[in-house]
Amino acid sequence: MKQRVEIVKRILDSNEQLARQNREKLDAHKVFCINLMASPGAGKTSFILQTINRLPKHICLGVIEGDTAPVTIDSDKIMQAGMPVMQINTGGECHLDANMVGLALEELDLRVLDLLLIENVGNLICPAAFALGNHANVLIASIPEGDDKPYKYPNIYRNLDVLIINKTDLLPYIEFRMDYFQQGVEMLNPGLLTFPVSSKTGEGFEGWINWVEEKVHQIRR
Amino acid sequence: MHELAVTESILEIVLDSARKNQASAVTDITLTIGSLSSIVDDCVQFYWDHISQGTICQNAKLHFKRVMASLKCLDCGKVYSLIEELTPCPSCGSINLNIITGEEFQVDHIEITTEETGKHETTS
Ligand SMILES: Nc1nc2c(ncn2[C@@H]2O[C@H](COP(=O)(O)OP(=O)(O)OP(=O)(O)O)[C@@H](O)[C@H]2O)c(=O)[nH]1
Ligand SMILES: [Mg+2]
Ligand SMILES: [Zn+2]
Repeated sequence: MKQRVEIVKRILDSNEQLARQNREKLDAHKVFCINLMASPGAGKTSFILQTINRLPKHICLGVIEGDTAPVTIDSDKIMQAGMPVMQINTGGECHLDANMVGLALEELDLRVLDLLLIENVGNLICPAAFALGNHANVLIASIPEGDDKPYKYPNIYRNLDVLIINKTDLLPYIEFRMDYFQQGVEMLNPGLLTFPVSSKTGEGFEGWINWVEEKVHQIRR
Repeated sequence: MHELAVTESILEIVLDSARKNQASAVTDITLTIGSLSSIVDDCVQFYWDHISQGTICQNAKLHFKRVMASLKCLDCGKVYSLIEELTPCPSCGSINLNIITGEEFQVDHIEITTEETGKHETTS
């Protein structure tokens, strides 16, 4: 007998369930968690290091480093900055998923943390599809990547809470039409909170740091 | 790029539903995928042929229902599809837009065969 069965279920439903479990765990420990996405070399690690430098010392921060290979260059930098870091090797996978993050959460001492930053794998396509359970999605775009990225990778701009435009110190040397870039962003994610920064000079970080502090205080309440 | 993970999830959902419905085989699987999701059909098919081997989904046909991304202008009401590149409203130039389709990403329905015992009550 032949039969049709309706399913109507999101394809990544089981990942989304795991993400919800991660979220509950983070909430229970009052840890505000940020998923940092960007293309390779956009400055994720540099941005995290500046953030570590500038956050008030009473905020206790941890980092999860996603890497496709067991190379610890990024993790070592975070460790040198004195912060607890967990590295996830995705084994070639182009993104982190909720299961990998769940395993890392078991290794970190969430009781002492206020803030957890996740450096996702450098990629503008795949990380957008996989929920991790974090509270905020942040994309780090960078000037040398060009001003057309929102038009070419619309999906990743859709579910963002904050956009960082990094490497603003390079604006004098690179043709980057800020209006054109921001128009694309506006079409996909109207009113998106945006902080132009330089992770090299530290310029523009005040707004970002204030936003993070505010979020950490909110979750503790 | 993440087609393997996606294909594994499809198999998990389909097997789960097939089991609940006492299927002896799954013959067809229909997926609805919006054009914003950047999934390559051929690539999913490639992985599918491998990972469905030895399951009751082996030989099942994958059908991709593609949904074109469409936008609605919030200023003049024009609805237009996003074919290649994101553009402002073609009739009034506004960038005040809503994405109304294109983000779908689901397993829609499957076709199964069941043994004809006449006694099984199927639940779905
Ligand atoms: N001029 C300038 N260079 C920067 C800035 N931020 C990062 N860089 C440089 O960009 C390069 C890549 O920076 P990373 O922080 O390693 O970038 P990433 O996104 O973590 O890279 P992957 O983890 O390899 O994907 C390094 O050479 C940084 O020194 C910036 O604001 N200005
Ligand atoms: Mg890095
Ligand atoms: Zn219009």
